[in-house]
Amino acid sequence: MILQARYQWGKTQKATRDAYGEALVALGRTNPDVVVLDADLSKSTKTALFAAEFPERFFNAGIAEQDMMGIAAGLAASGKIPFPSTFAVFAAGRAYDQIRNSICYPNLNVKIGASHAGLTVGEDGASHQMLEDIALMRVLPNMTVVVPADATEAAKAVPALAARPGPAYLRLGRPAVPVLFDDDYPFEVGRAALLREGRDVAILACGVMVASALQAAEELAAAGIEAAVLNVSTIKPIDQEAVTWAARTFGALVTAEEHSVIGGLGSAVAEVVAETVPVPVVRVGVRDVFGQSGKPAELLAHYGLTPAAISQACRDVIARRDARH
Amino acid sequence: MSGYTDEQLAQISNELRERVLQMIAKAGSGHPGGSLSAADIMTYLFYEVLRLDPQHPKWPDRDRFILAKGHAAPILYAILAKRGFFPEAWLDTLRQLGSPLQGHPSMKDTPGVEASTGSLGQGLSFGVGVALAGKLDQKDYRVYVLLGDGEVQEGQVWEAAMAAAKFRLDNLTAILDYNGVQSDGKVPDVMPLEPLADKWRAFGWAVWEIDGHNFADIRRAVTEARGVRGQPAMIVAHTVKGKGVSFMEHRAEWHGKAPSAAELATALTELHAHRQPAGDAGASGKGREGDDQQ
Repeated sequence: MILQARYQWGKTQKATRDAYGEALVALGRTNPDVVVLDADLSKSTKTALFAAEFPERFFNAGIAEQDMMGIAAGLAASGKIPFPSTFAVFAAGRAYDQIRNSICYPNLNVKIGASHAGLTVGEDGASHQMLEDIALMRVLPNMTVVVPADATEAAKAVPALAARPGPAYLRLGRPAVPVLFDDDYPFEVGRAALLREGRDVAILACGVMVASALQAAEELAAAGIEAAVLNVSTIKPIDQEAVTWAARTFGALVTAEEHSVIGGLGSAVAEVVAETVPVPVVRVGVRDVFGQSGKPAELLAHYGLTPAAISQACRDVIARRDARH
Repeated sequence: MSGYTDEQLAQISNELRERVLQMIAKAGSGHPGGSLSAADIMTYLFYEVLRLDPQHPKWPDRDRFILAKGHAAPILYAILAKRGFFPEAWLDTLRQLGSPLQGHPSMKDTPGVEASTGSLGQGLSFGVGVALAGKLDQKDYRVYVLLGDGEVQEGQVWEAAMAAAKFRLDNLTAILDYNGVQSDGKVPDVMPLEPLADKWRAFGWAVWEIDGHNFADIRRAVTEARGVRGQPAMIVAHTVKGKGVSFMEHRAEWHGKAPSAAELATALTELHAHRQPAGDAGASGKGREGDDQQ
């Protein structure tokens, strides 16, 4: 069965990194094995909240992400559940070999909190806009990759990943984004959730692009096109059942992610579809380029990560499907 | 464990060296030079210092030995087998498909292996994490990390050096196997490290400089390091790459090469001669054959 969930356009906005910081504190209160590490970005990653309440379980490694990952591995090998936290570009990029060899190869229980992912970092520019991390983390054996769509899901992912043995990568964003889900959202690692029923096409999205996908579906509905929307927040292990169900049911898929079109959610979906139910797939994402400075909304528009771009992709993929018949 | 004489330790160490060369020769590849240089240090630790239970390799109160210079896996495997962590027969499977003895240490595959290493520069950070956990849990275990000299060219080692001092990890002893030779040649030619002991002092560590083939030296430094409070301990151990085999000593070509059958036979003859009870005074033979390069 495909997981189903409700969403709503609430009035509130909240960054997933804020939810992460609060969820770490809540988890720390119930689980004494949880420890948190940071690399001089605790005010930005929001691990400062944990540090304030549990100073003895917080370790600032300084600007030394490789060392932070190695320390986390050693803590995990000694029974702790470490959450090393920094910007996505420094976690997945700077410390890749440490994540590979010290954490994933021995399958250690390290949960990486990677904030400021994607274009929505904004003005800091390409050096800080990580658009390749899903690809880098997804390819590592043993790794779980989760990209929450909103603050509610981010908060639920923290204890869920802590309870799941093995390494995990939790991708978080900088800006406040719409809160889509209530506390009854049925988050499960490895399960996509159907947020909106459809008829003509399915949009599979993650992170900030879930809200954009829902907007696109509403625009399309006004034009008589019914698009299903799935929140595919776990990129690895990908929900094979949900992806094949969507491919079989709609025959045309669009993916949307704040990431390169190479190696991320779109690739994961295309891999499943190509091997099971080959149907047309159109990927919305960053087209193999680096970002640049700008406001988050400007950047999303500039690189084609908008509801309008998703709507157009839906029309295109429907046309390709129908041209086959 | 305790109560071994220096002569007995030297005897054990040379037996391990023989086993290492047999393993590497059988495997057809591996790293003899850095295994032989580390043999005396590791023999001392595993026979006189480390609190271990080979029947319960994950015993929470055990001391931890982390081989940061993971390419010296053969000496670690030989010593773990000799201490009873797994059957000696496993040693003949080194580097073979399906073997629990991987080319570089894998903590998920081999009982007694505490960290998966081989990508140089990562073991000390791992050791810092294990030592931090020991402090958090108020355990009295001690963490030993054996580093290579070429390895400390990796920047991560110095990140870890800062962290260990910051966290005042006096339950951590690092030992640097300073054999002076790395894959591409002599360490000062590839990337100079000196003044190495001063660098560790400057990073906030208590530092000893010893002869890494002299058991009295090793014993004194390891014992004194245990007594340090408030800072981590570094023992810079001057060693000989390929120690004990005349044609391997000091030679970069033996960093990562298996001996042929004839070379193995010669090497075993030399090592065996070292451990004839009447003819060997133990570890005092430093330099005895060190310059006798073919």
